[in-house]
Amino acid sequence: MRYVFKTTYDRDIDLHQHGWSRAKVAVLAGLMIVLPFLVGEYYLAEATNTLIWALAGMGLMIAVGHTGQVSLGHAAFLAIGAYANSALMNVGVPFLISFPLAGLITGLFGAVIAIPAVRMSGIYLAIATLAVFVIVEEMVILLEPITGGVGGIMAPSIQFFGISFDRYGALENFYWLCLAIVILVTWGYANLMRSPTGRSFLAVRDSEVSARALGINVTRTKSLAFGLSTGVTGLAGALMGHYIGFYNYELFSIFISINLLLVVTIGGLGFIQGAFLGAILITAVPQVIAILRDGLNANFGINLGSIPGLDTMIFAAILILFIIFEPAGLYGRWLKIRTWFDIFPLARRDMFRRQKSYLKTERMK
Amino acid sequence: MSLLEVNDLAVHFGGVKAVDGMSFSVEPGEVFAIIGPNGAGKSTIFNLISRIYEPTRGTIRFDGKDLTAQKSHDIARLGIARTFQNIELFDHSTVLANLLMGQHTHRSTNFVQDILFLGKVRRAEREHRHRVEEVIEFLELEAYRNKMIAGLPYGVRKVVEIGRALALGPKLILLDEPASGLSVEETQDVAFWIEDMRRDMGLTVLMVEHDMSLVNQVSDRVLAVANGRPLAMGTPQEVQADPHVQAAYLGTPEEDAA
Repeated sequence: MRYVFKTTYDRDIDLHQHGWSRAKVAVLAGLMIVLPFLVGEYYLAEATNTLIWALAGMGLMIAVGHTGQVSLGHAAFLAIGAYANSALMNVGVPFLISFPLAGLITGLFGAVIAIPAVRMSGIYLAIATLAVFVIVEEMVILLEPITGGVGGIMAPSIQFFGISFDRYGALENFYWLCLAIVILVTWGYANLMRSPTGRSFLAVRDSEVSARALGINVTRTKSLAFGLSTGVTGLAGALMGHYIGFYNYELFSIFISINLLLVVTIGGLGFIQGAFLGAILITAVPQVIAILRDGLNANFGINLGSIPGLDTMIFAAILILFIIFEPAGLYGRWLKIRTWFDIFPLARRDMFRRQKSYLKTERMK
Repeated sequence: MSLLEVNDLAVHFGGVKAVDGMSFSVEPGEVFAIIGPNGAGKSTIFNLISRIYEPTRGTIRFDGKDLTAQKSHDIARLGIARTFQNIELFDHSTVLANLLMGQHTHRSTNFVQDILFLGKVRRAEREHRHRVEEVIEFLELEAYRNKMIAGLPYGVRKVVEIGRALALGPKLILLDEPASGLSVEETQDVAFWIEDMRRDMGLTVLMVEHDMSLVNQVSDRVLAVANGRPLAMGTPQEVQADPHVQAAYLGTPEEDAA
């Protein structure tokens, strides 16, 4: 069992409560930094994809996990981020400026949409964001000079300080760029959640009426959360555009929105770590299925390739199992396992029963 | 001058007159209790003060300001904190986080500073924590500081909600049935805390309560209401002796005969 002796309030304010947790994060960051030297091109590309999905997942987590606003439209904000970044770079704005600007544009767009939209909640907000998605998709097709219409566009090559960060020309550099952005955003997100702004998000999520009674402007708080959420998603969209290289509106389909919801739900609603675990799952499962499929075909002659929609079915099954058995997601499960070891042998079977409630975003409204 | 003045307040939901012609005033430093049978409009009065409901007519003045001109999220800033009849805590946060949320009106940083966690944010966090710890000490919540609300017993949650209201640093605290569902000992604690709030913190307390022993023990004045109208006002003894009040609670002999 581990005890943390707190001698100042700063121990509670700090990101890490003890040195051990700080060391673990440092080791993980170190491993991620040296990853290009450890794995081949294929897996490095997959890792980059996972990082981009984790970034997008963090974006959606701010809205769904921490403020209780379900969005089915986040693929639209990925698209806005991607096209804004490309358009800015094509008129000669360097990546280091165009990238944050793309996030800012997407965030402002999201915040403006949120002002009327956040008056709705639950399924109504989900439908409203779906409508936003459809509108943005049509806009992307119509704004041909910027987006290339149905034909699509080529993401410009990233280059600054005389170094190339091109996805195909210099994958290691592109990976490090994505990693640096993800680390920065994670740090800012963690800071947000330990500050008054983050607490006001949680307050609005758990009880709007008492948030109001405590002096929290619910509409403004929700709009801010939605704006930050879409801003981070816009950043992920810009990176996704560069990662794919050549893309049109089909890259940002409704299935991306749904997959993003899977990332935050399976990962663990209300935990930043959940966005990462969910992103790992969502990017790894298709690969694992492909490897299994090839293996079964080569060794046993079983051809699963002929079954359409196998991936979708497996995703659906995973989601259903999580919602029934572990609404707190992968990270919630991990916390329970850790608690079991921390207080060994005092854990009781029904210790978490009272906490097994759904966040308001899902069932209890 | 009275701290809170309610004048000819009314709210009608369709044909239902939940509150109709309600007038009373609460003096600074007073413990003022509202009693009445179920459905008398007691909690509705609270919800009108919190601006959750829009009054059909009448005025509410607090500290000289017209509350009916304020937005619901501005009420806290004026110095009015409240609890809810059915506990409204932030279930997925710890006791400490819940109390810190009560400090929201004292925040001095914006979201950009928060994201960067500048030195100013850390200093403000220490301040918030310091004030919250005073509340924790007052309500003896030390053992529950880092516990999630969802796993806490009912009585503790009730106390945490009072704590969250106190963390706001209000002038007037509205307690909606602070003793409902509590044991005799817990109710006794609540009585002592209300006494201390008035004496040590200089707070004005307005409460809705059914438990007459608590009302008798702590309140200076009592207002009895029934069917949205005021019935009687005075000391707890005067109000309980009032024939109208007895009739509202127990029925009248004529009604029995009929």
